Amino acid sequence: MQTRKKYIFLTFLASWLLLFFFGGDQLRRFAFFSGRKAEARRNWPRWTDRTLLKSFADPQELQRDGDPSLLSPRERRAAWLSVYRSSRCRMETCFDFSRCERHGFKVFTYPQERGQPVSETYGKILSSIERSRYHTLNPEEACLFILSIDTLDRDHLSGQYVRNVDEKIRGFPLWNGGRNHLIFNLYSGTWPSYTGELGFDIGHAILAKASFDTESFRPGFDISIPLFSKDHPQRGGDRGWLYQDSVPPKKKYLLVFKGKRYLTGIGSGTRNALHHIHNGKDIISLTTCKHGKDWEKHKDTRCDKDNVDYERFDYQELLHNSTFCIVPRGRRLGSFRFLEALQAACIPVLLSDGWELPFAEAIDWGKAAVVGSERLLLQIPSAVRCIHPERVLAFQQQTQFLWDSYFSSVDKIVHTTLEIIKDRLSPHRSRSRFLWNTLPGGLLVLPDFSTHLGDFPFYYLQHGYSPSKKFTAFIRVVSQAGSLSQPILRLIQAVSGSQYCAQIVILWSCEKPPPPSGKWPQSAVPLTIIQGRRKLSDRFFPFEAIQTDAVLSLDEDTSLSTSEVDFAFLVWRSFPERIVGFPTQSHFWDPEQRRWGYTSKWTNELSIVLTAAAFYHRYYHSLFSEYLPAGLRELVDGLAACEDILMNVLVAAVTKLPPIKVTQRKQHKEAMAQQAECRDGAAGTPPPGQRSPPAPRSAPAKLKGTAGSRRFSQRQDCLNQLADWFGYMPLVSSQLRLDPVLFKDQVSVLRKKYPSLEK
Amino acid sequence: IMCASAKYNTRGPALIPRMKTKHRIYYITLFSIVLLGLIATGMFQFWPHSIESSSDWTVEKRSVHDVPVVKLPADSPIPERGDLSCRMHTCFDVYRCGFNPKNKIKVYIYSLKKYVDEYGTLVSNTISREYNELLTAISDSEFYTDDVNRACLFVPSIDVLNQNALRIKETAQALAQLSRWDRGTNHLLFNMLPGGPPDYNTALDVPRDRALLAGGGFSTWTYRQGYDVSIPVYSPLSGEVDLPERGPGPRRYFILSSQMGLHPEYRLELEALQAENGESVLILDKCTNLSNGVPAVRKRCYKNQVFDYPQVLQESTFCVVLRGARLGQAVLSDVLQAGCVPVIIADSYILPFSEVLDWKRASVVIPEEKMPEMYSILQSIPQRQIEEMQRQARWFWEAYFRSMKAIALATLQIINDRIYPYAAISYEEWNDPPAVKWSSVSNPLFLPLIPPQSQGFTAVVLTYDRVESLFRVITEVSKVPSLSKLLVVWNNQNKNPPEDSLWPKIRVPLKVVRTAENKLSNRFFPYDEIETEAVLAIDDDIIMLTSDELQFGYEVWREFPDRLVGYPGRLHLWDHEMNKWKYESEWTNEVSMVLTGAAFYHKYFNYLYTYKMPGDIKNWVDAHMNCEDIAMNFLVANVTGKSVIKVTPRKKFKCPECTAIDGLSLDQTHMVERSECINKFASVFGTMPLKVVEHRADPVLYKDDFPEKLKSFPNIGSL
Repeated sequence: MQTRKKYIFLTFLASWLLLFFFGGDQLRRFAFFSGRKAEARRNWPRWTDRTLLKSFADPQELQRDGDPSLLSPRERRAAWLSVYRSSRCRMETCFDFSRCERHGFKVFTYPQERGQPVSETYGKILSSIERSRYHTLNPEEACLFILSIDTLDRDHLSGQYVRNVDEKIRGFPLWNGGRNHLIFNLYSGTWPSYTGELGFDIGHAILAKASFDTESFRPGFDISIPLFSKDHPQRGGDRGWLYQDSVPPKKKYLLVFKGKRYLTGIGSGTRNALHHIHNGKDIISLTTCKHGKDWEKHKDTRCDKDNVDYERFDYQELLHNSTFCIVPRGRRLGSFRFLEALQAACIPVLLSDGWELPFAEAIDWGKAAVVGSERLLLQIPSAVRCIHPERVLAFQQQTQFLWDSYFSSVDKIVHTTLEIIKDRLSPHRSRSRFLWNTLPGGLLVLPDFSTHLGDFPFYYLQHGYSPSKKFTAFIRVVSQAGSLSQPILRLIQAVSGSQYCAQIVILWSCEKPPPPSGKWPQSAVPLTIIQGRRKLSDRFFPFEAIQTDAVLSLDEDTSLSTSEVDFAFLVWRSFPERIVGFPTQSHFWDPEQRRWGYTSKWTNELSIVLTAAAFYHRYYHSLFSEYLPAGLRELVDGLAACEDILMNVLVAAVTKLPPIKVTQRKQHKEAMAQQAECRDGAAGTPPPGQRSPPAPRSAPAKLKGTAGSRRFSQRQDCLNQLADWFGYMPLVSSQLRLDPVLFKDQVSVLRKKYPSLEK
Repeated sequence: IMCASAKYNTRGPALIPRMKTKHRIYYITLFSIVLLGLIATGMFQFWPHSIESSSDWTVEKRSVHDVPVVKLPADSPIPERGDLSCRMHTCFDVYRCGFNPKNKIKVYIYSLKKYVDEYGTLVSNTISREYNELLTAISDSEFYTDDVNRACLFVPSIDVLNQNALRIKETAQALAQLSRWDRGTNHLLFNMLPGGPPDYNTALDVPRDRALLAGGGFSTWTYRQGYDVSIPVYSPLSGEVDLPERGPGPRRYFILSSQMGLHPEYRLELEALQAENGESVLILDKCTNLSNGVPAVRKRCYKNQVFDYPQVLQESTFCVVLRGARLGQAVLSDVLQAGCVPVIIADSYILPFSEVLDWKRASVVIPEEKMPEMYSILQSIPQRQIEEMQRQARWFWEAYFRSMKAIALATLQIINDRIYPYAAISYEEWNDPPAVKWSSVSNPLFLPLIPPQSQGFTAVVLTYDRVESLFRVITEVSKVPSLSKLLVVWNNQNKNPPEDSLWPKIRVPLKVVRTAENKLSNRFFPYDEIETEAVLAIDDDIIMLTSDELQFGYEVWREFPDRLVGYPGRLHLWDHEMNKWKYESEWTNEVSMVLTGAAFYHKYFNYLYTYKMPGDIKNWVDAHMNCEDIAMNFLVANVTGKSVIKVTPRKKFKCPECTAIDGLSLDQTHMVERSECINKFASVFGTMPLKVVEHRADPVLYKDDFPEKLKSFPNIGSL
């Protein structure tokens, strides 16, 4: 018995030991994860002889990576041209840069052919190009060509499918194998596979296509554009739906989807699974089987109940009330849903594997959308729940910025496409990714002006710069007098008395030559005279002479004191992206006449600061002269007094903010005597001194006949034409004025820094 | 299954001794079976793992020469060539990565082996110094796992950094026999020198099937965007030479070319540039007559002049990086280290980490055809921008080029960002050098929105026990048209708030929140009851503000929703005698703070105050029962970079007959305490974020000669 017991115990002991040796480690690994932390990780070994290891390459070899026996660089590039064609096109092999050298980036649209109607959408694209500042009518000077054949819908089952494109294209003498051509496409391929098939050979042409897949996308060559509907506005465009930054970003739903459930065919993998994440509370995912003629053939057990639920929710309501929106692939990779969600500030959760996102060459989608994986659909709810509210807020704002900058109208989509191509032509003069993804967006930032962020009025805070501490006074002279008038002499004296004034530039906009330099008053700052072309838009030309960030724009008869200038300049330095000035006017919507009204009366609001006395950033001169299309400047030159309204509209369109009014002494220009005008100046400008009469409250109609009222109605016309051109009214109203901190306070004037402003 | 069988066995000892009657043989057989079973389980289940993952690792002190040798039979399988159509969604198995709260991929490293062919000849050098450094870095990082079953990404220890140092076919065979190879799915290879003569392919020639490639020198034709990672060619000089960062300022040369063995055609073009532009262009080459013992890699020559390399790079503003036989050049790393702006001339080259790095900020890319125009192109770049590019170049080197560790971690982070895009590192984090991160702000309310007026604002009144004054404030504030709700924060735990019937009857909802502790920070708590964006913080004794003033303040806030818009303005000053900040409440021409005794601000700042206040400021304020308003001013200015807006001229807030600017005690101790707060906060923030301005906001027609009844806000107090 004893031995037997011993025997038994020995056996147990042995089995325990064995268990420990073989299984212990694994047991701990699988059964007690938490216990594993205590155990040392088995790291990559610290080899005893690691310092003796040889380098991966001989230093000589690394520094002399040449082989003169190889093809010479020129031969290599020539060889590329024949190898990397069509599906392997790149800018350097398929694009003829030399065409863009002489005349710059000019775009030519083929003339419309008779009997060759284009769809409404393609018509909008063509007209966007024709409205752009790059458009040219001369194919000789063109760098980029756009076909007049409608290539948007290449689904041969579609009614808008154009046949025999290949044949037509070959007939074009300019086609040149597609070189330097840009082809737009929204729908390619057809049921059931919906491939990228276009039905004709695009050759060396750049393809701007919706629903681009990464595989057929030629990086750095093609451009992925968003899918947009035929109702997409030509210009302007609706604003985004985010009106407030709610914290926490509480909306009724966390995540929504409402759409078709494909039971078969391409795209059904994802669409058929979406209903799984529906929880009926904060995640609403509704699908319907009703689509196509024969849906009932494929119908499954879910369909009937799903179809009922589907009708219970309104798509628009879901868009408005959800934080995240699922944007899954349809039959094709892109969908209308994408832009709809973007506009609604419903953060897109993309489930479209292999989709080359719209304008991804420029836009950093990671800041505005959640790029999910179709395979990980079921993780989406927990993933979006984990996104921090701060990040949600940033995402929402970014959707609005992107929508408004690049997508809200056909104009913006087309212009973004063109700017991306233009940026490729000279990489050293192109926009960095930062510029594309930061307010006010790439379209409003001209790399030809500068590539340095500090030269623009928008990025001071993000990059820790500050605007220059001096300004340039820029005085426009239109008066006819042979000698200098008293007001201008006083003005030069007042302005040059400012400690912040760096220089004075006179724009001599009169037929008579300017007085010789001896006649000009002596001032502490340099004075430059520029002979203008006597066009109204001249005053906003980016003259080289203007060296400082800040421009103080003045008319010759403006009356300002040094302390007014000083104070206004300090205010401008706090708001360098806005116009900061003295006399103001405002606009309003006139519901009776159904048009925009304009008033120069004293009102409780303001939306226009007259450029007869205003500070703004010199970059706006460049935007005015180079960003705005020539047609708009011609319009301004034709109307008598519109250029300052256009400048205000432009700045408001860029910043989305009102201008700033600063305090001014009372006896401003009202009392000024009327000046003699330039009799034959291109525009018979009435003296700007007349701009701000405290007109009595009377309807504009009553004023007809007088010179003032003609001017008034011209300004009103101008306002309406600009609103029409921009597609919306960019001006924003403000109810405040900035005064010195102790302005009109009952305290000794000795304490005040700007006592003279109160006189 | 394993857990269950173990349990069964552990119960054994207690069970068996009770069965004494059974025969001894029976036990022996029983236990033998159990034992055999155990051994068998161990053999089948654990044995292969143990070989792979544990036994090799246990010995710490070992030499690379001692690693096991694996013989590759000549007919062992070769993977397919790399598949050019691979993308993350087609070739990568995301299910291995899964959802995890840390959003970190797990990376496994195969143990080191020595591979020989049938004849015993080595397939490649076992491992290079750099690859060992790279694997060590991964192993030390957060990404690493030693558990092959939990890994999302596999890194072979087969060193393919330099294609010329290995045998292509055999290396491919070695890859194919890795235990988890599975057509290369989720395997990551690092290669810096791809291709070989004569055609120098731009991607590693070793057949690798679906494996991801982190390669130096990709061209746009071989790079699988969103799948491969473009990495730098590491320059071992980085580790040897210490080049301190050079500040901005003029440099001796404008353009420098330091590469040896350039193609003669390129050299001719460079020399043409030099002939045209004189001494500002310097073209160096190898030295022909160096005395023995001087390493040729550390010297460069121009005619008979000898220069130290890479030090000479610091003497130039721009440094040319031309392609050689390969697109990726190690000289790029040296150039960045020197803070010289690289001028990259290599058509179709995918720049290192271009998926996340914005190279336009650190380099100039010039098409090969435009080489003759290089000088004029570079001259058109503004000096300020050049200085930033130099700083940016140096920062790229420090963060992503300087060591194999930096390269490895950046590569893994890029892959990680693809798999967990919602937790990805932002553009700013990748690209902004520390100096910019430090001096810049990223305003959380960056979109220019003017919130709709209809939303109104919520007034939050902090009170302790001044009920009479509180009721007056409530009555006054309730007259403001845009008030949408009134919230009373009852900060007195010893006393109950007055009964419902005693409160003033007002037209908007009035809510009373009782707090658990009498803390000042309660005033800035983001209460759920606050449903509007705009919050009016108001003390329970501010009775002088008129309805027009408050309504106007709200309108001003709508135009500046990301700022503090308030009535009592204050200033901070630098006290030159004491060498510290001083608080100022006298009649000043400037403001830098508004007191939250009466101020509008965005509710978001309540969040920031409660959850994101830096350092111990929040507790410090609660402990001292003072300066919560200064803390709020610091917080908002720091996050937005913008100044406050003081509205209306009002200076008196508590009673018309008070003599002081306001009722807050102006005695010396108060001023000293407030000054201390400013100094304390400035040191916690590490900077002085407050911005001084000289303006205040008044209604457009304030004090204008215009009928009062036509003004929107006629009742703006004079003091």
